[in-house]
Order: sequence, then C-alpha cells, then structure tokens
Amino acid sequence: MQRLSLTLMGDTMMEQKPRIGVYVCHCGVNIAAVVDVERVARAAAELPGVVVARDNTYMCSDPGQALIKQDIREHGLNRVVVASCSPRMHERTFRAVAQQEGVNPYQVEMANIREQCSWVHRDKGRATEKAGLLISSAVAKATRLEPLEQREVDVTPGVVIIGGGVAGMTVALDVANTGLPAYLVERQKSLGGRVAELNRTFPSLQPVSELLPPLIARVQDHPNVTVFLRSCVSQVEGYIGNFEVEISGYGETGTPVGGDPGSKSDAPRAGLSVGAIIVATGYDVFDPDRTPELGYRDYPNVITSLEMEERLIRGDLTVDGRSPERVAFVKCVGSRDARVGNSHCSRVCCMYTAKQSRLVREMLPEADVTVFYIDVRAFGKGGEEFYDEARSQGVRYRRGNVSEIYRKRSAPGVDGGLAPHAGAGPVVLVAEDTLLGQPIEFEADLVVLAVGMEPRKDAGVIQQLLKLPRSADGFFLEAHPKLRPVDTAMDGIFLAGCCQGPKDIADTVTQAKAAASSALIPLIRGSVPVESASAVVNEELCAGCAMCVDVCPYDAPTIANLWRTSRINPVLCKGCGACAVTCPSSAIRLQHFTAAQVLAQVDALVQ
Amino acid sequence: MALKTQKLTEQLELFGCIQCGKCTGGCPVARKTTLNMRTLIYHMLVDADMDVDAHQELWDCTACFTCVERCPKDVEPAELIISLRGELVESGRVPETLGTALMGIFRQGNPSGMARQDRELWAEGMEESLERAKGLASHAGSAQEECELLYFVGCIPSYDQRIQPVARALLRTFERAGLDPGTLGTRESCCGNEVRRMGEAGLFGMLVEENGELLRGVGARQLVTTSPHCFNTFRKEYGLDGMEVLHYTQLLARLIEQGELTFPEPSEARPGEHRTVTYHDPCFLGKQNQIYDEPRAILEAIPGLKLVEMDRRRERSLCCEGGGGRMWVEGTNLQERLAFQRVQEAAETGADTLAVACPFCLLTLEDAVKVQGLDEELCVMDIMELVDIALEEDLDP
Ligand SMILES: Cc1cc2nc3c(=O)[nH]c(=O)nc-3n(C[C@H](O)[C@H](O)[C@H](O)COP(=O)(O)OP(=O)(O)OC[C@H]3O[C@@H](n4cnc5c(N)ncnc54)[C@H](O)[C@@H]3O)c2cc1C
Ligand code: SF4
Ligand code: SF4
Ligand code: SF4
Ligand code: SF4
Ligand code: SF4
Repeated sequence: MQRLSLTLMGDTMMEQKPRIGVYVCHCGVNIAAVVDVERVARAAAELPGVVVARDNTYMCSDPGQALIKQDIREHGLNRVVVASCSPRMHERTFRAVAQQEGVNPYQVEMANIREQCSWVHRDKGRATEKAGLLISSAVAKATRLEPLEQREVDVTPGVVIIGGGVAGMTVALDVANTGLPAYLVERQKSLGGRVAELNRTFPSLQPVSELLPPLIARVQDHPNVTVFLRSCVSQVEGYIGNFEVEISGYGETGTPVGGDPGSKSDAPRAGLSVGAIIVATGYDVFDPDRTPELGYRDYPNVITSLEMEERLIRGDLTVDGRSPERVAFVKCVGSRDARVGNSHCSRVCCMYTAKQSRLVREMLPEADVTVFYIDVRAFGKGGEEFYDEARSQGVRYRRGNVSEIYRKRSAPGVDGGLAPHAGAGPVVLVAEDTLLGQPIEFEADLVVLAVGMEPRKDAGVIQQLLKLPRSADGFFLEAHPKLRPVDTAMDGIFLAGCCQGPKDIADTVTQAKAAASSALIPLIRGSVPVESASAVVNEELCAGCAMCVDVCPYDAPTIANLWRTSRINPVLCKGCGACAVTCPSSAIRLQHFTAAQVLAQVDALVQ
Repeated sequence: MALKTQKLTEQLELFGCIQCGKCTGGCPVARKTTLNMRTLIYHMLVDADMDVDAHQELWDCTACFTCVERCPKDVEPAELIISLRGELVESGRVPETLGTALMGIFRQGNPSGMARQDRELWAEGMEESLERAKGLASHAGSAQEECELLYFVGCIPSYDQRIQPVARALLRTFERAGLDPGTLGTRESCCGNEVRRMGEAGLFGMLVEENGELLRGVGARQLVTTSPHCFNTFRKEYGLDGMEVLHYTQLLARLIEQGELTFPEPSEARPGEHRTVTYHDPCFLGKQNQIYDEPRAILEAIPGLKLVEMDRRRERSLCCEGGGGRMWVEGTNLQERLAFQRVQEAAETGADTLAVACPFCLLTLEDAVKVQGLDEELCVMDIMELVDIALEEDLDP
C-alpha cells in the first residue's frame, strides 16, 4: 500500500564546513527582561563555526525572518540556530524560512531560552549564563546536523466514521459531497444518536422531527455514503493515509467490539481501506443513581431530563394521572461535581433546562415552574436571549444547589403502606436559597434532574483500538485545545461531536465540519508528508532480537524480511527514540537525534 | 477575639467553594438554628478577620458530615467548624458542660468523669467472659498475650446504664460465634472522636498517641467497636496499619454470611419475635463510612423480624443530633429536636421497633420517643440487643 516518493529539499551539505548563524530573540520583554540578550549574542559569535550572531525583538516577526534570509544569502549560512521559545511554538516557522533560502529544514536548531530559562528564573546573572549554555549546546548540535530528505506517502481515498449521531452524519455528508467514499458505522439499528430521543431543540425550539429525518434521509440516499447499522469497528491497522479497518456486526444483545461471529446482526463483516478515521461516538448521560441523595431510584416523579424529553414528545406530563401543579428542575446533576468524578460543566443542561421549563409553562400555564441552579450558563449564540424568554414566560429561577430530595409521609396522596417510596405524591426538595441565605423545603409534584454528559462507558474500547489518549474528564483528547481541536495524537484520526467533550447540536455540527475538512486535506492532496526525524535500522548490525518491536509504542518496527532483521516503517515511527536506546546491538540510529549530536549537546552543557 | 482568616482559609482550601449552598441545604441543623456553612465560608473568603465569639451557632454542628459528603467541590465545610471551635477552645471560651466533658476525658478517660477503675462495670455478671480481657488489660502494651480480636467497648457503653446491656450482648454474641475477644479493661480511654470534633486538637492528639500505643501493643489483627464514632476515628484518624478496624455490624454480618452465627428457626415452643423493625442509619456509620447494607443484612437474618424502611434512609438518614460533642452541648435551639422528627418518621412506618447501631442514636432517639409520647408504640433498640434476644433461647433452653 505504501509508496514513498522521495523529494530532496535544499542542497546536500553533508561535506560542507558548517557556517552557522545564531539569532537571539528578546520576545518583547519575555526573554530580554531576564536574559542579557546582547551579551549572549556577543558570546555566541565567538563559538566555533558561528559566522554571524544577532539579537532581535521578535525573531518570528516578518522583519525577524527577513533578517535570517538575508544572512543566509549574504554570509552563505548552511545552518541556523534560533534562541527563542519552545520548538513546539516556532520550529516550523524557522524551518520554512531556511527552506525558502535553500537550506535543508533539518539544519535548523532551536535553543529554548524562554520556557526553559527566562520564564522560570529570576536571577538575571545566572539566567544569562544558562541561556549562553543552552545556545552553545544548540550550536554544538547544529555543527553536526545532517540534511534529511522530506518524504511523502500516497493515500487511499475514503473515510471511516465511527458513530452515526448528528456528528457522524455531518462528517459523512461533507466527505461524500467531495466525491470520496464515506463509510458510516453505527451500533444501533438506526441513525440519529441521542438527538433522536429529543423533542424540540434550543435555541430555535425547532422540533427534532423537522431536523433529524431529513438529515438521515440525505445520508442514507447519498450514493457515496455506505451506512453500516448494528455494526462496529473491530480492528484497525495502518497509518495516516492507509488504514485497514474491519467492520463487524454488533448484536442486539450488545456484542462487544471485537465481533462475535455468531452474533445476531444484519450487517456483514467488511474490510475497508481508507485514508482517515473519524471518531463520533458521542456521550452518555449521567446516571443519578450516583447521587443517591436526590432519590431518583426512590420516586417515580423524580425523572431525568432525557426522560422529560420523552414525556414532552408524548405530550404527557401527568403524574399519577394528574397534572402537576409544581414542576421543579435541578441543574448540574452529575456535572461540576468532583464527588462523582465529573468536574466539568456539561454545557447543554442550562440551555435544555430553559427549553424544557418553557415548554412546561406552555403546556401547563397554571403550573409553577421553578429551576434550581448554581450558575446560569447561556453562552451560545442566542443563548442569553433564550434564557430571557424563559424568565419572561414566568419560569422562576432560584439559586441553590439542591442537597436532598425526600418525601413526607404525611403529604397528601402518599399511601400509608410500609413502602412509602413506592407510591406517588409530591416530594420535597431540600436546598438553601443562597440569595435569601435561607434553607428551604420546596414541594414539587414533578422533579426533573438536569443530568450532565459523560464519556461513554465503553469509550475504553475505542481508546484501545485506535490508541487515543483521553483527557482528565475522560473524553477523547484533542491534539491541542486551541490550535488543533479536531486532531488527535494519532495522525489521520480525528474527533467530532460529544466524544471530545459536551456540546450542543450547533457546536457538534461545527466541529464535525472541521473534522471532515481536516481529514480531507491529505485525501484531496493525494499524499501526506512523513516526518524525517525517524529511526533507521542498520541491517548489518541488527541481530533480529525484536526488542525494538516490543518497545515501540507505535508498532513501527517489524521483523519480516528474509534475513530476519528489523525494519522500521518511517510513516508509523514518531521518532520517540525508545528503540534506539533499547537495541542491544546499537543498530538503530534516530535521525536528527543521533548519538553524536546529542552527546555534543551534552558536552557543551557540562564543559 | 478577631481571627485572621487568610491562613485558615488557605489551609482548609476554602477557595474552592463556589457558594452553591449544597452544604447548608443538607445541613440538618441549619434548618433550625442560624448555622449556615456557606455564609460562614463566604465570610472566611471575603473578610480579613472573623469575630469567632459572635458565632455561638458553631456549637450547633453535630459533625454529621453531610456537608462534607455532598460538597461538589471537595471542600470540607465541617472541618472549618472544627477549626473555629478550636480557636474558642484554645482561649477557653467553651460552653461549661463541654468543658466538664473534656476535663472528664482528660482526668478519667471518659466524658462523664466517672472513675477509671469502674470502666469494666459494664460486664457485671460476665466476669468469666472478661477473664481473658483482664489479662490483656494488664499486659497490653507489653504485647505479652496475643489476641486476634480486640473489642473496644467505648465510654458510653462502659458507663451508661442504658447502653451497658448492648456491650454485654455484644460480648455474649461473640462467644456464641466461637470468638475469643480481648479488651483493654480499665486502661481503655475515650477514643477522642468527639474530642477532635469539639475542637480540642491537643487532647485528641494525646488520646491518639496513648490509645494507639496500647492498641498496637496488643497486636490484634482485628479491632471491633460498639460505637460508629470510635470506629470512625480508629479507621480514619489513628493510622492503625495492619489492624482491620470494624464496626460490630460488619463483623456480625460477616459471621452470619459465613454461617458462623445462625439464628434458631422459630418453632411452636419458640415462636420468634414477630417484630416490625425500621432501621435508622447513624451518620458515622452510614454517611461517613458507607456502611448501609451490613446492619440491614443482620436484621433480615433474624427469624420473624420484618424490616420496613423510612423514607429518609441510607445517604439521606436524618441526623439524631448526638454527634460532634452535641451530647454535652445543648445548642442554640432546644425546642425543635431532629430526634423528635426522626421518631415520628419511624412511627409512621408502622414499625414497633426502631433499630439503631450507635449508642448516641440509642440515647437521643429513646429520649425523643418518651418526650413525644410514642413509648406505647415504638421501642428503640440497638441491633445488638435484637440479635441477643433472637439468640437467647439457644443458650438457655
Ligand atoms: C436531555 C438532553 C437535551 C438536549 N437538548 C438539546 C437541544 O435542545 N439542543 C441542542 O443543540 N442540543 C441538545 N442536547 C445535546 C445533544 O444531544 C448533543 O449535542 C448531540 O447528541 C451530540 O451528537 P453526537 O453525534 O456527538 O453524539 P450522540 O448523539 O451521542 O451520537 C453518537 C452515536 O454514536 C454511536 N456509537 C457510539 N459508540 C459507537 C461505536 N463504538 N461504534 C459504533 N457506533 C457507536 C451511538 O450509538 C450514537 O448513535 C441535549 C442533550 C440532552 C442530554
Ligand atoms: S450547563 Fe449549566 S446545568 Fe449544565 S453543568 Fe453547566 S452550569 Fe450546570
Ligand atoms: S533491537 Fe536492535 S538488534 Fe534487536 S531486532 Fe531491533 S534493531 Fe535488531
Ligand atoms: S523511534 Fe520510537 S516510534 Fe520510532 S520506531 Fe523507535 S520506538 Fe518506534
Ligand atoms: S457545598 Fe461546597 S462548594 Fe457548595 S457552598 Fe458548600 S462548601 Fe461551597
Ligand atoms: S457536619 Fe452536619 S451539622 Fe455540621 S455543618 Fe455539616 S451538615 Fe451541618
């Protein structure tokens, strides 16, 4: 499947004498306030191989970049050292600068004198000294840097999408509309996810019946979308651009992923070759059994918000055949609550509570509707206005986190039997009205617990299958919270919808569209660049012991050739170096971090 | 006296509080006194100093720890009360009755200030059973005589005439199950659970040190207590590594489950109890240590006994107001007692017996039954007593 096309960028300078330019950045005052940048630049100029050393206010700015380019041209530099922020921040920037002037991008080295120096030290003298050492260390490595080839690998068009909720369906349509095949894998016997269980949606109050069926129809009718119902992904191999995905049936009894061949399912097994995978597996609602003080198990008239949606669909709010006179909502159930392991805010329950309370006011104009809250978070577009509307329709908001729900036996309608909790009758919400500063007991005929969103209980299966990290809240972790919100640590695998964190439908769709377009970039481009700083095996030294195979977290090395020596797949290799230090025969060389380069760096630091 | 708030606020990590009110909402005494945990924390957060003397309601807290169990942000509100009480204790500004109790513990090892040498009087008529215990008592500390199971009787069961039978029932039952427990005899001192909660950290530290040394010296594998209060502090605050700390309900439930303790089946000659029992979860056993099932398992194992539940049970059990030193401080509202409400709830279930598993609950609820004039309908008994009755004929045919 894999074809590597080799493009050598920049001229080969292997044999050339190093001509190094050093650039010390002030980062405004971020570095300059602590490190004497001029002094370290002067000192760098004296280092062997350094042709020119300068300091500048912002190296990453256009004038800063122009300075490097000009020096490369005028002084014939073949290596560049930038002493500034973390390479995670700007290594790409400076590599591009070098490449534009014909210097191999792997002959750029960075010295991190911000995060690792000026930001963490106060003593100016010693910080300056340390910055000097970090720069000489970088120069020592730069002297030994070798140009590396930039490689590309071809991709297989097509995307597998796991989960057929609003997120998954949106991705499938976007992919399919580019003309590429989209394979949508859904566990249940129908598409739609949780939204199929809802009545109307905030902020427009549009009925789900107008929103969802058309979307499902578009997906199912699209010639480029293949829908696998009652199916799951049971095996994944390969890497970005070239994944082999196995689809198995998912029995009605809930056959675990992995596929029980005997399971009852109408979906055939299938093997798919695709270039990208999108995870859109959604969320679970919090089970209020874990907040026993709220009596959910005990009282039939204490229900979850999802059960309320179902009642709203049926248009039936009666309790024991009677219209409730007092309806209470309890917010933040299972959210923002460290006790139950959910510290996060679920982001939708404030709004859907406003929605449900408004609908109750409309259906039962005589009823008192009271919402108990800690904070009201109505942040989305139209959110605050929607909340305004709820209050103006007479929904009462009372500030206080409900502490307990119980039932008074003496309350009317409660039978005198020996199991009071089995019967009906109003319950009492025990809370403090924090604005009054007073503990209160509030009687209600119907209580709705605004349960939060949590990671799916079976998220671990997908986590293992795709090697996806999860954040502290248990949702799948994006590669960067701001800059790469739909990418994952695994190239070619993307996140959409609530599997990454709580979201409303609008945000889910937005993220799904972002995930689709990110996944499509390599597919439309036709190839993906491959990191060159990878490990390479010297087959003459390799003894075939397979210790590299055991230690690699990315399954990059294999021992499959005729000579039973190791070969490392450069597309899978992340350059972590674990194999290189493990190999007892010293047969593995980690490009860009070779022993000679690293030791020179260390020598410069400890001299 | 004004207390500088900053240090304590940081130490107790009160900055985590979001002022949601769940603590005050669930606090059993907030509904009847001016105690308001949330506003107390708020003052700590926004004021530079606090006039602790002005907060007499601090003595209303029963240390039920409902606030701690329910706080969504892992703030421990009751610990603030304990610290603020500590400020008052340190400067000697405590209610007189409380001072007396603390003095009694300091001098005689028990809050009633009864003589230490009388600590074994509870076992009157059971001297033989105590033989071994006596031996242990004199040897404890030197670890001469090894014992598997150490029974920590506790102050109230040792001295209070109403609770002494519970301790005797416990000892008898252990023997019936073939266990061979030892006690610390007259060297046993107050566990200090309430001492710490009354704010007397110094005395508590002393008790932990002395009791800890004695307990470790015996080298027992298991330590079992009558009271959930002793159990709580031994389990959480003593650092008794290598010793399994158990409340007696846990041990009994285990014995029943393993078939080591069986109840005689009801027969014509011995018709059984035919009681309808409702069970009150003590805060220190339930909310604070999540032991809900064992007491019920014991009750359900008793032939002829029917268990009915109150609405507020398990995590929602209503505090009886006996904890946190409240046995020795009346608090600011004498009229409305939670125990009154609680026994009414028990009576409403139609039960004839209100079962408890805590000496404090037994005293407060029994008193409430009398005051409420419910003594015809409802009797309050410790689970241990019910077990003892159910086993009685076994010994005495
Ligand atoms: C009570 C309530 C009311 C709400 N009201 C509103 C509202 O009014 N407006 C609004 O904007 N939002 C509302 N929401 C939020 C809305 O439900 C979500 O935004 C939306 O469901 C997110 O879609 P999703 O596709 O990410 O996840 P989901 O809807 O959870 O869909 C995930 C899909 O993936 C499938 N799946 C999971 N794991 C696998 C697997 N391993 N293999 C195959 N398939 C798998 C599931 O079966 C499911 O079909 C509400 C939420 C709740 C709880
Ligand atoms: S969205 Fe509102 S109700 Fe939901 S967790 Fe956040 S604050 Fe609580
Ligand atoms: S660890 Fe080294 S010697 Fe062993 S298989 Fe891998 S490359 Fe070869
Ligand atoms: S460098 Fe790391 S990722 Fe690459 S083959 Fe070695 S162990 Fe695997
Ligand atoms: S429950 Fe916790 S967070 Fe809420 S007000 Fe009390 S201490 Fe603060
Ligand atoms: S421990 Fe109990 S009585 Fe004391 S403040 Fe907390 S909830 Fe109230």
